[in-house]
Amino acid sequence: MRIRIRFEKEGSLRFIGHLDIMRYFHKALQRAHVAVCFSGGYHPHPVMSFASPLGVGLTSRGEYMDVEVEETDSSRDMIERINETMAEGIRVTGYRLLPENEGRKHHNAMATVGMADYLVKLKETRPLSEETWTEKIACFLSQPEIVVTKKTKKSQEETDIRPWIYEFRRKPEEDAFFLRLSAGSLKNLKPELVMEAFLGEACDRKNLAICRLDLRTAEGLSLGDLGEEIP
Amino acid sequence: MRTLALNDNILMSIDKPARYIGGEVNAVMKDRNKVEVRFAMCFPDVYEIGMSHLGIQILYDMLNTRDDIWCERVYSPWTDLDPLLREKKIPLFALESQDPIRDFDFLGITIQYEMCYTNILQILDLSGIPLHAAERGEEDPIVLGGGPCTYNPEPLADFFDLFYIGEGETSMLPLVDAYKANRAAGGSREDFFRRAARIPGIYVPSLYEVSYQEDGTIADFRPREEGVPARIRKEVETDLSHTYYPEKPVVPFVKATQDRVTLEIQRGCIRGCRFCQAGMIYRPLRERNLDWLEDMAVKMLENTGHEEITLSSLSSSDYSQIQPLIEGLIEECGRRHVNISLPSLRIDSFSLDVMNKVQDVKKSSLTFAPEAGTQRLRDVINKGLTEDDILNGAAEAFRGGWTKVKLYFMLGLPTETEEDMRGIAELSERICERFFDEVPKEKRRGKIQLTASSSFFVPKPFTPFQWATMETKEEYLRRAHLVKDTFFRQLNRRSMHYQYHEADVTVLEGVLARGDRRVARVIEAAYKKGCLFDAWSDYFDNDRWMEAFTETGVDPDFYTRRERSAEEIFPWDFIDIGVTKKFLRREWEKAMRGEVTPNCRQQCSGCGAAVFGGGICHENSHAV
Repeated sequence: MRIRIRFEKEGSLRFIGHLDIMRYFHKALQRAHVAVCFSGGYHPHPVMSFASPLGVGLTSRGEYMDVEVEETDSSRDMIERINETMAEGIRVTGYRLLPENEGRKHHNAMATVGMADYLVKLKETRPLSEETWTEKIACFLSQPEIVVTKKTKKSQEETDIRPWIYEFRRKPEEDAFFLRLSAGSLKNLKPELVMEAFLGEACDRKNLAICRLDLRTAEGLSLGDLGEEIP
Repeated sequence: MRTLALNDNILMSIDKPARYIGGEVNAVMKDRNKVEVRFAMCFPDVYEIGMSHLGIQILYDMLNTRDDIWCERVYSPWTDLDPLLREKKIPLFALESQDPIRDFDFLGITIQYEMCYTNILQILDLSGIPLHAAERGEEDPIVLGGGPCTYNPEPLADFFDLFYIGEGETSMLPLVDAYKANRAAGGSREDFFRRAARIPGIYVPSLYEVSYQEDGTIADFRPREEGVPARIRKEVETDLSHTYYPEKPVVPFVKATQDRVTLEIQRGCIRGCRFCQAGMIYRPLRERNLDWLEDMAVKMLENTGHEEITLSSLSSSDYSQIQPLIEGLIEECGRRHVNISLPSLRIDSFSLDVMNKVQDVKKSSLTFAPEAGTQRLRDVINKGLTEDDILNGAAEAFRGGWTKVKLYFMLGLPTETEEDMRGIAELSERICERFFDEVPKEKRRGKIQLTASSSFFVPKPFTPFQWATMETKEEYLRRAHLVKDTFFRQLNRRSMHYQYHEADVTVLEGVLARGDRRVARVIEAAYKKGCLFDAWSDYFDNDRWMEAFTETGVDPDFYTRRERSAEEIFPWDFIDIGVTKKFLRREWEKAMRGEVTPNCRQQCSGCGAAVFGGGICHENSHAV
């Protein structure tokens, strides 16, 4: 049985990197007596896969991992059981059974990611009215192309990120920006890059409080909507 | 939610911010307003090292069982955070509450190796606690030291208010209770020190004075006042199956050096290797009960979710129940998909069979610690391992499919000759030859790969070799080069790799290990010059240390190169480890004659550890 687990990361847990979160869940699921399937060999490891890694410093309300289990109780019981063994700042919010794909190999969580939603707040807010922000965003998005320098470990290249911005608007009720960006293994766009291009020189990364709200498929479906609740 | 001591900007600009945020699974949180004593427990090295240490976990667990005490953890800020704390004047803080250390009642520091001494000063400095105990006031925490290096606490005497000599299970809580009683009675810091001095195992350096002879050796060491004991006997937990043990160890977010459950199966060692400090200071051997261990293993695995378990002891093969213990663990861990990491077991058919079950033979290696290259020198150091043991063990392993061998040696042991040095390469060569003899060509899966490494011997207090003279850095290097040259002349040189440790750090370790109170000023000068993380070869700076010696007028050779007489009073002689100086001297003399001493199971040698009334000395009531 393949289970999709949704979880949140907040507070000081934002300083725990992706690899450490993977190790964390290996241990957490053992503490919670989740019957995880293991690979064979001298160093068996649990059959788990994580969706798109979250950068250090970001919080999230929508992280996902898929895990193969031998047996399970109801979604509600499992969520409660896992959360009993969690550290403060990390919490499981979803536990759903993924459908069996006939004959085909499962698509793991990572492979299905196509876009991600973010909420970005400026820690030191600048005294701009909502109207001004909205105008600035409209102006920003109306550019035919938005070229930024993407730095990777190996190189840096000029990229037009405009096609990868699916949504960018203010959320006045939260005094924040909402962004829906291309994500996944092929065209991953970090919200920091968009904010830098948008705010220009004035943008200090340290001034951005970024929360990932959700991960979606290329069709826009939330990864948390796949599969079904276990009654 | 907790407020972190470091802001986002700092945390985002340093490596592994998880080292400083606490909040790990099983970390103990309490209400700071509802506890009476705040205790900061420190391992003066980086988080991943400190979190791997079992002793602190035991004490953390023990202190926190008490509702009136909150024990928290603190480790050395790494070299990227250190300058930021200084620049921004952020006082060093404890991980759990994130509160400044200087507001605590106690700062307990475990002192596991000499090369962490400058890190201790960093901890005090960053906490805003005066480095010298004499300069501390009523508001400062009580700075308490413990761990193996406190068996010669003298080089650190100026920096500590108290030392705890021995195992923490017995006197820690009485010490905290004395602190509470003193506070309730309106007593001062000084009053508390006097109360503490009466608690078994507690050494209050300020209550003792030392005088020196003209030649620089100690003339006299005595308490300054009545009622302060002249000798401090180490504390021993005699019943290890009915005592504190961390059932719920803290699980770090970042990968610790020991990212696994540690099961301490016994304390002490029966072997009596003459260079080994642990083998003497932790006497007598005390085993933990098998059922207790199995029960504890399950609890710890359940509470941590760790993927691996390891056994801890000085010589696991000597645990009388090792076979049922390992067989039980293999069954239990197999069910849980938990790996078993085996400590260096003596290579025999049982251990090879077990290793075959839990490790990939093709990838794992066999480890031998002959320590010396010839039988003569192995007899001198009382290493009860013969060349036949090694060759037969290796042969059996080769037949079982192993191809990787690791060998550990020491250079610079007392009485060492060039023959002993060459013996390191020659023994290695004979092991290689054995591989080709034992494994027919068609059955060879890969070629033998042998790695020999040597460290340089450092004489430690409370060992038979505490009288030994050290060599110079140049002489150590000459010996290492001689070994290397001999390796190059062997037939199987292409299958063998030889490496040796650094020589300058050895000499310094030698000074700190057998130093006296006058060495404190060198440590302080070195720290002020920027020496920090000396245990890390990337950071160790010998030149700065040498400048510190010159500037303070302390001669390192006095501590390393000098012949010590049988009558000399050592700085650590006031500590009573049970094992007597008379026994150690007898062992030194036997070493010089190349005579071996049987282990504790074969025959009691009357070392003195029987005074503790427990352990192997009383199992067969054959103690002398």
